[in-house]
Amino acid sequence: MKDNIIRAYGDTYNDGKIQLSFTLPVKQGLKAAEACKRYCFKLGLEDVEVVHMKDLKEGFTFFVVYAVSKKSVNFDKITVAKIDTEIMDYYKINDYIKEKINRKVNVVGACTGTDAHTVGLDAILNMKGYDGEYGLERYHEINTVNMGSQVANEKLIETAVKMKADAILVSQVVTQKNIHIKNLTEFVEILEAEGLRDQFILILGGPRISHELALELGFDAGFGSGTKPNEVASYIVQKVYKDSILVKGGE
Amino acid sequence: MNNKLDLDQKLISLCRNYTKSIADKVEKKIVNNTTTSVERTILRFLGVDGVDNHGIPLPNVIVDKVRNEQRLNKGISYWFGNGLMQTGLPAQRLAEEISEGKIDLFSLYKEKNEDIKEHILKLSEKKAEQIKQQVKKREMMQSKYPLGLKPWLYVIVATGNINEDVKQAKAAAREGADIIAVIRSTAQSLLDYVPYGPTTEGFGGTYATQANFKIMREALDQVIKEEERYIQLVNYCSGLAMPEIAQMGAEERLDMMLNDAMYGILFRDINMKRTFVDQHFSRMINAYAGIVINTGEDNYLTTADSLKESHTVVASQFINQELGLRTGLKNGQLGLGHAFEINPEIKDSFLLEIAQAQLVRQIFPDAPLKYMPPTKYMNGDIFRGHLMDGMFNFASIITDQSIQLLGMSTEAIHTPFIQDRALSIENAKHVFNSARNISSEITFKSNGKIQKRADQVLKETAELLKVIAEKGLMKSLSEGIFADIKRPIDGGKGADGVIKKDSDYFNPFAEVFSKELEIQDER
Repeated sequence: MKDNIIRAYGDTYNDGKIQLSFTLPVKQGLKAAEACKRYCFKLGLEDVEVVHMKDLKEGFTFFVVYAVSKKSVNFDKITVAKIDTEIMDYYKINDYIKEKINRKVNVVGACTGTDAHTVGLDAILNMKGYDGEYGLERYHEINTVNMGSQVANEKLIETAVKMKADAILVSQVVTQKNIHIKNLTEFVEILEAEGLRDQFILILGGPRISHELALELGFDAGFGSGTKPNEVASYIVQKVYKDSILVKGGE
Repeated sequence: MNNKLDLDQKLISLCRNYTKSIADKVEKKIVNNTTTSVERTILRFLGVDGVDNHGIPLPNVIVDKVRNEQRLNKGISYWFGNGLMQTGLPAQRLAEEISEGKIDLFSLYKEKNEDIKEHILKLSEKKAEQIKQQVKKREMMQSKYPLGLKPWLYVIVATGNINEDVKQAKAAAREGADIIAVIRSTAQSLLDYVPYGPTTEGFGGTYATQANFKIMREALDQVIKEEERYIQLVNYCSGLAMPEIAQMGAEERLDMMLNDAMYGILFRDINMKRTFVDQHFSRMINAYAGIVINTGEDNYLTTADSLKESHTVVASQFINQELGLRTGLKNGQLGLGHAFEINPEIKDSFLLEIAQAQLVRQIFPDAPLKYMPPTKYMNGDIFRGHLMDGMFNFASIITDQSIQLLGMSTEAIHTPFIQDRALSIENAKHVFNSARNISSEITFKSNGKIQKRADQVLKETAELLKVIAEKGLMKSLSEGIFADIKRPIDGGKGADGVIKKDSDYFNPFAEVFSKELEIQDER
């Protein structure tokens, strides 16, 4: 296979041009600009141009930077596990549940462990939803429980059992320290130890979550940044339906 | 401003008539009730604060003691007032002794009702005078350090740590923000008490406590003097402790409070009666303290279809206005809320937004309207988001809005970084400055798209208000008339805190405030 090595594209193939913006906790001035440059060099960037610098007061400065990164990836070596269920909209999903599942679908979600970031969980579960797509609470055919942040694994499982959840949504910001990964594997281990693993569809979501990582950790599916609520709901209802046929031994 | 949209004035007065009958019915249902939170507020005004050994706020300890004996119907003023007379102790000391079990309010000798009332009214008048001093102080500061031009730039801080909030608030104020709102910690609205002291941990926001109010007020007062511009401070007067938060805000000179008549019912599943009783007294306090309230109609549009449900926003604004005026609030204190939430992919969506914004501007000419930014159609594309916020700012300056809650380009991603806030302030300043006088330069085409849309929304509003007037507000809410959310009349949280008043019940602060606010209907 011919390798396809790629870099960021500005106006010339593989020029590696990127733009970034950030704030440093220092007063604006020549020294701040120099600090910004050096910081970018340390990030591995070259040809750093600080094109804009703004005093944010109280000892903070905002920067806009253009730079070059020589880092690259081999595009051909990348494989991605994909979720292949059909994506339906809010109305279709509700109809699908009524027609095929013929009962309400139960979903519980939480940010587990020490994680207090509920933006992703709320985007999927809250009525308001995300990017114009209603969240699961708004679906009249879905019973949704949003347990919020910093929920213990045991508590989440207890709730899931009590409400006879079809799917458990775990939202997590995976940090570099990987403490969250440990928490996620522990979650799956508890379910397995108690013989509950097969009762639930396990879904993992978060800004650094890929479907592949989710599978690796023992979940059924993973959703990353930009996922809309109906994508998650589509997956859940089709999986619930498919599993019910398996149990019944076909229609 | 006048009548750019050529609105049917008769239809507007018809709406007001419906709204009056809606408010009449609500008042009838609440006038004979008080709540545990109203009674706790009275204690706080009398000077009871602090917590017991278990960290429970003393106002809760004492009100619960009286309620558990089924004796709250007479009002806490009677029991506590009598306690003050018999023991001669200051309020805080008396509260501590009661909480420690050293004094039993029920076994004390009982003075005559009239004498207790007279005693406690005197104390109330003294407290009212202190609040008036705060109002005067605000007026003095605002004449020395004037408010910015409208629309005022309203930004949010939400770090969870009051000390960190102070840093972000100061930076935002120096950048040009006119109004700082400290977002509360997630689910504080469901706490049936007010936390005590300065707090440094919260989720998605910072607890509203009197100590935190004081810290932020002092920090902003310092910036006001340095920048020579008045910065308004906002918090959230909602949830189960609504009137207590109004009391704290009045004492610490907050300038605005989010204080909607129905938000708690719809979005926090709080019992209807509880909410209506609490909001009535809270608003009276806000009215007396010269605080501008912000209503929450924008929320309807985030959960329901913003194009189809535009009229529910206007209907709710009529109701919020009428209920507000009846508590002594002036039109100039009614920051009625609405939002820029129509799907931006719809053709002419900007014209539809202008129609809505201009419509409410003309129906409520004296209200400092609160305009909320796009949130529902925001996604991870921060560049598109920044443009949408620019369009939102443009709609605002075209239609003379008053309170501009600034949109953040990172709305759908995280709570704002310091640069997100600075960029959004820059965005608003740029748009407002470059189109400062646009509203007095333009008229709308007669019978054009904007006028027609406004007419349609007004018509639908009148139809909806008619239905609500016939059914009553509580029944309408139970049928999901707002935001597609249904709440049972007797359900919801905090229902057990609603208490029937005895015939000799009295609330000394309601009496003092309503006398001065010239409210007719208060018993």
